[in-house]
Amino acid sequence: MTHRFGFLWRTILLATAFSSTVYAAESAAPEIPLSLRISPQEYHKTIADVFGSDIVITGRFEPEKREEGLMAVGARSANISADGIELYDNLARGIAAQVVEPQRRKTLFKCAPRDVATRDDACTRSFLASAGRFLFRRPLTEQELTARVRRAGDVAEKKGDFYAGISAVLSEMLLAPQFLYRIRKVEPDTANPGQNRLDSYSRASMLSSYLWGSAPDDKLLKAAESGELLTAEGLWLQVDRMLSSPNVEGGVRAFFSDMFGFDEFETLSKDATFFPRFTPKVVEQAREQTLRTIVEHVVGERRDYRDLFTTPNTYLTRPLAAIYNVPIVDKADNAQPDRWIRYTYPENDPRAGILSQISFVALHSPAGRTSPTLRGKALREYIMCQAVPAPPGNVDFKLVQDSSNPNLRTARDRLSAHATEAMCTGCHKITDPMGLALETFDSGGGYRTSENDAPINTTGEHRGIKFDGPVGLAKVVRDDPAITTCVAKRSFAFAAGRSPTANDPAWQQIEKQFKDSGYNVIELMRRVATSEMIYAIPAQTASAQPVK
Amino acid sequence: MKQHSFHRRKILRGMLAGSAVSVGLPILDGMLNNSGDAFAATGKPLPPRFATWFWPLGLGESDWVPKTAGANYELPPQLASLKPYQKKLNLFSGGQVFLDGQANDTHFTGVQGLMTGKVSKTREYYGSVDALVGDVIGTGTRFRSLQVCCSGEVRAGWSAHPQSGLLPAEVSPHALYTRIFGPEFKDPNAATFTPDPEVILRRSVLSGITEDRQKLMQEVGAADKAKLDNYFTSLRSLEQKLEVQLQKPDPLASCSKSAEPKQDDGHILTIAEDAMARHDLFAQLFVHALACDQTRVVNLAISNAFCGLRKAGDATSHHTYTHEEPIDPKLGYQVTCAWFQDKYMKALGDFINVLDSVREGDKSLLDRMVVFAFTDHGAPRLHSVRNYPLMTFGGGNGRMKTGLHVPRPGDALTRVGFTVQQAMGVPVSSWGVGSNKVNSAISEVLT
Repeated sequence: MTHRFGFLWRTILLATAFSSTVYAAESAAPEIPLSLRISPQEYHKTIADVFGSDIVITGRFEPEKREEGLMAVGARSANISADGIELYDNLARGIAAQVVEPQRRKTLFKCAPRDVATRDDACTRSFLASAGRFLFRRPLTEQELTARVRRAGDVAEKKGDFYAGISAVLSEMLLAPQFLYRIRKVEPDTANPGQNRLDSYSRASMLSSYLWGSAPDDKLLKAAESGELLTAEGLWLQVDRMLSSPNVEGGVRAFFSDMFGFDEFETLSKDATFFPRFTPKVVEQAREQTLRTIVEHVVGERRDYRDLFTTPNTYLTRPLAAIYNVPIVDKADNAQPDRWIRYTYPENDPRAGILSQISFVALHSPAGRTSPTLRGKALREYIMCQAVPAPPGNVDFKLVQDSSNPNLRTARDRLSAHATEAMCTGCHKITDPMGLALETFDSGGGYRTSENDAPINTTGEHRGIKFDGPVGLAKVVRDDPAITTCVAKRSFAFAAGRSPTANDPAWQQIEKQFKDSGYNVIELMRRVATSEMIYAIPAQTASAQPVK
Repeated sequence: MKQHSFHRRKILRGMLAGSAVSVGLPILDGMLNNSGDAFAATGKPLPPRFATWFWPLGLGESDWVPKTAGANYELPPQLASLKPYQKKLNLFSGGQVFLDGQANDTHFTGVQGLMTGKVSKTREYYGSVDALVGDVIGTGTRFRSLQVCCSGEVRAGWSAHPQSGLLPAEVSPHALYTRIFGPEFKDPNAATFTPDPEVILRRSVLSGITEDRQKLMQEVGAADKAKLDNYFTSLRSLEQKLEVQLQKPDPLASCSKSAEPKQDDGHILTIAEDAMARHDLFAQLFVHALACDQTRVVNLAISNAFCGLRKAGDATSHHTYTHEEPIDPKLGYQVTCAWFQDKYMKALGDFINVLDSVREGDKSLLDRMVVFAFTDHGAPRLHSVRNYPLMTFGGGNGRMKTGLHVPRPGDALTRVGFTVQQAMGVPVSSWGVGSNKVNSAISEVLT
C-alpha cells in the first residue's frame, strides 16, 4: 500500500478568511448564559493558589467543548452531567482530605480547635469564611456561612473529629456551582440610570481568570469590595498590578493552551514501532516546551507575537533533544535528565518557531504517518482563525486508489494526483502548500529529507509569496496579518466568553493599540482587560436582572 | 450454566473462573416466585436492562445484507462471529438517516439522527436512545448508566442526557471497577445490612448546595437558570446514588464482585488488539454491574468514529483505510477494512456471550435485556447515511422477538430506535424530527 496521504476528506476548505461573518449573528441568537464552567486548568491553578501547589489533584474532569475557536467560549454552554458531577465529587473529596492533613494545618488554618475531637464553630467559621471567599470569588453570605459552620460542626461531633467536619464541608463547597461556575451577576449601573452592569466581583473573577488563569487574590477581592474595580482608574491600577505579577504566566499559559488546541495532547499517541522515542513523557514535555517558549517570548522578553513563528529560541530536555536530533549539553547536573535547558537553533537550521515543534507537527499528525492536510487545517483554524468547513459526503477517491503506482511516493505526489479532481483542486491550493512545507517533519516530530526514498519537495506559495521549507513557511506566516488579528480576537474572547464585534470602533482601537505596541501580547491583555467592552452585558442576556 | 464455544473468549472464561464468581449460577429458587420472573420476597419483577454497543465505520459496502428476510436467513461472512447468537439477534438493514437539507457532517450526523432522532446543522446532541430508556428503567440504581470507550477517548461516547448533553466515557477498566465495586459497593447477598454512616453524613452535607439553590436562581438570567437547573438535576442523581446505598438491596444470587483489573491509566490505545483486550475487561465489569443491579443501562464505544485504531506495525488507521484502500476486484470488498470489522464483530460476540452466560431464573441476563449495536455510516468509504447495519440482541424481558433479518430499504433509521424504546417500556408514541420522525414501531420484532 503506497497511498498514505491522511485525512483527505478534510481538505475541502473554502477561503473563508477572517471576515465580519465571524462576528455576526449576535442579534438573532437565543439568550446566552453569562456564567462559565471553570476549566480544568483554572481548577488546578485555583486549588494550588488557595491551598498550595503540593495538593495532588487526581481524577478526570468533565470534557470541555470548543466554540468560536476556544474552550473558554464553550464554557458558556458547558453543563455538568450526572457522570460529570461524580467526577467533580471525587476530585473535591480528594482535595478536602489533603487540606486537613496534619502537616498542612499550621499553614492553612489561622486557628486551632479548642478540642480536636469535637466542633469549634468559631475556628470553623474563620477557616470557611477565608477559604470560601477565594473559592466562591466573593465573600460568603451570612446564610451560606452559618449553614456550613453548623453542618461542619454536626459532622465533627458525629465523627469526633474537628477536621472531618471541615473536610466534609470543604468538599461540598468544591462541588458547589458557586465554585464550579464563574457566576456573573448584574446590578443597576449607577453611572447610567436604567441600565445594568456586571457587579464588581464578577469583574474581579473575569480579570483573575483572564490574566492569571486562577481565582482572585486578596487585593483584587478588596478592590472589588471597595468598588474600586468599577472605576476606570481603579481598574487600570489592578490590571497593572496583575500584569506585573509573576502570576501572569498562568494566564498566558491558559490562554495559549486553549488557543492552540493543546487539549488534543490528551489523545496524542504515536506508534512505538515507528517512533520509539515518542514516550508519554515526551508528550508531556512537548506541551511544556512550547508553553515555556511562549512564556519567555511573551512575558519574559515582551517580544513581538509574530516572532514566535520564527524565533530560534526554545527550551529542551534530553528526551526532546533526542527527537529533534539536537546535541544539548547539560553542564549543571547530569543526574537530572528532565532538566529544561535553553537552546537556540543555529542559523540555517531547518527548525525555527513554534510551528516546527512537536506541539504542532506531531500534535496534528495521525499516530503512524503525517498528514499535510491536517497540519494545514490546524494552521488555518488555530493560528489564523479561518474556518475550515466540514468535508462533503460521497467524496470519490477512486483516482488515487491505484496502490500499484510507483510514482506516488511522497505526500505531495499523492495530493497532486488527488487534486486533479475538479471538486478538490481549489481547496488543495489553499491548505496543502503550508502543510507540505512541513513534510520534512515526520509524524513524531523527527527531521527527514525523503519519503519512500524520494526527496521531499517543500516549496510553496502563500499570499503570492513563494517560500521553501519550514523556515520559509514560518516567515510568510509571521508576516500574514491574519495571525495578529486572530490572536487579538481570541484573547478578547478568552476574557469575555464571546468574540468581539469587528466593526465596533472600541475593538478597532484595541487592535490599533496592539499594533502600535509592536504586537506585545501583554499590552494587548492590558487593553482588553481595561476595556469596558468585555464587561458589557450582551443583548442576549436581557433576562439577567439585578439581585433584589 | 449455558456452555458456549469460546474462541478468544478463553480469556473471559478464565477471568470468570478465576474470580470465583457466581455468574452463571441460577438465582436461588427460594429467592424467586413460582414463575421465576420476580423476587419472592417483594414480588418486584426482575429488572429489564439495556446496553448500547458502538463500533466505528460500518461493515463496508452493501454486500453484508442477507438475501432473505425473516428467520433462518444466511448470516453474511461479515457477521460470522455472531453465528452462535443468531437466534438472539435481529439484524436491521436498508434504513437511512434523512438529512432534510442539512450538510452531512461526516461520522457525526448519521449517529446524531439515529440516536437522538434529530439532524441539525450544529453539533447539538441531546437525549440519546439509551438515556431515554434509562429515564424509565434506570432511576432506582446507584448508576443511572455507565459508559466506556475502549480506545481511551473520553469524548468518544454517544450517550447524552436530554438536557445536559453528552456524558463522558470512562476509559480505565480499573477506574470503572473502583466506581462500581470499590468501598461503596454493597453486596446484595450479604447476610446483614448496615447503612454506612459516612454516606449518611455525605448526604446531609450535600444538602448545603441545595439550600443555596433558590437564592442562586434569583440572581441569574434565564439561560444561566437553565444551566443551573441542569446542574441541580445532576446533583440530584448524586444524592440518589447515596440514597440507594442506604437501602438494603434485594438479594441477587447471580451477583458477585468482578475480578479487579490491574491498575491502568486508561491511556489512548491505537492498536486494535489492545483496544479489544480492554473491551473484554469492560464487558466483564458491565456484566457484573448488571447482575448486581448497580446499573441497568450500559454504553460501550470501541473508539471514536474517526477510528484511529491500527494493525500492529502498520502506520495507517482504520479510518484512513476506509477511504484509501481499493476494493479488491476479486473479493469485492476492502480487505484491510474487513480485518478491522471482523475484530469488532468478534468483540461484539464476546460481549453478547458474557451477558448470555448469566442465568436469572428461567432466562439469561441477555434475555432480560436489549443490546442495541450501531455504527456511524452505511458504506463508510463514501460517508453514506444509507443502508446502515443495525442490530439488537436479547428478548427485552419477553418484549422482543429475535432471530430475524428485517430489511427496510429507504425507511427512517429512527424506527429502530423507536422500536427499541417501546420494547423497553418508554411511553412514547412518536419520535424524531422532520423526515426522521416516526410514529409506528417495527411490529414484527415486538411481541
